Amino acid sequence: MRALLLALLLAAAPALAIPAKAIVDPREMLPDPAQEERARAIGKELRCLVCQNQSIDDSNAGLARDLRRIVRERVAAGDSNEQVIAFVTDRYGDYVRLTPPLNAVTVALWASPAIVLAFGALAVLAFYRRRRAIAPPPPLTEEERARLARLSAE
Amino acid sequence: MFALPALATLAAAGGFYAMLSGMRRGSFDPRGVPSALVGRPVPEFALAPLPGWDKPGLSSADIAATARARPVLVNFWASWCVPCLVEHPQFMRYAAEGIPVFGINYHTGTQTDPGATAWLRRHGDPFARIGIDITGRVAVDFGVYGVPETYIVDRTGIIRWRMAGPITPEIDAEQVRPLLRSLS
Repeated sequence: MRALLLALLLAAAPALAIPAKAIVDPREMLPDPAQEERARAIGKELRCLVCQNQSIDDSNAGLARDLRRIVRERVAAGDSNEQVIAFVTDRYGDYVRLTPPLNAVTVALWASPAIVLAFGALAVLAFYRRRRAIAPPPPLTEEERARLARLSAE
Repeated sequence: MFALPALATLAAAGGFYAMLSGMRRGSFDPRGVPSALVGRPVPEFALAPLPGWDKPGLSSADIAATARARPVLVNFWASWCVPCLVEHPQFMRYAAEGIPVFGINYHTGTQTDPGATAWLRRHGDPFARIGIDITGRVAVDFGVYGVPETYIVDRTGIIRWRMAGPITPEIDAEQVRPLLRSLS
């Protein structure tokens, strides 16, 4: 029962999590709400290289602030989302993207869930094969059956 | 078939061993971010000099002009940066040997690094030129993610090496010196 409750709680965790409040200073924001919305979306895709596991939209580091400002400059200048991300990737490499692109370096990363799944499938297959290989025990003989009946009667 | 898990474990163990021994030797840094700038020309920029300090400002043209004669070190630093102080004696040594060292004072914000002149007066100034990057724009063009960061520019103006973090005597001996020798 407790395990079930825990499982349910874990499953619901993403829904229960409090959404992180972005640290964007109102002074940083673009006057056009649509452009600001795009700048936010781009910021969530870019890694803050100081803290490494936060996006620049979530980070309070100086570098994150500088990058947010540059993202907004590019958006205001009319760049598409892809162009802005390319601008930053050009300087910081693919590592700056929180969703890594699929290329020769990241192919192992992207394939890892499939590889793990394949290993699991192999293990399950091996388990069933082994179980089938073990022959079921031969049925009891007349004598054994009589002895069992005697024992259970006692 | 049954050797597979054992082989996988062995492969993983080998990988971890390589990572850990690399960390110990300093050839592998798990927090390191590879630079996209290595192999590319110095980005275009022109920065104002440090106010109240008697050194000229710095532009990409200055780096190119000096680098034509010999390889140049470009160092991003700040007065509030403790590791910058750790590597500072190294830069004083380079300057004393006549290796050109250019400084970019990095101070993300809206004003000049307030402690910069006092820091240089107290510890010494190894820089031939100092530019101030107030908006952090030049730092982003270089792909800097924190001070100190150092770049080595070869005689054709191409960035050949980048170090994120202080240049320790080990890094100087194992990486900087051999590279400077091969580039001169």
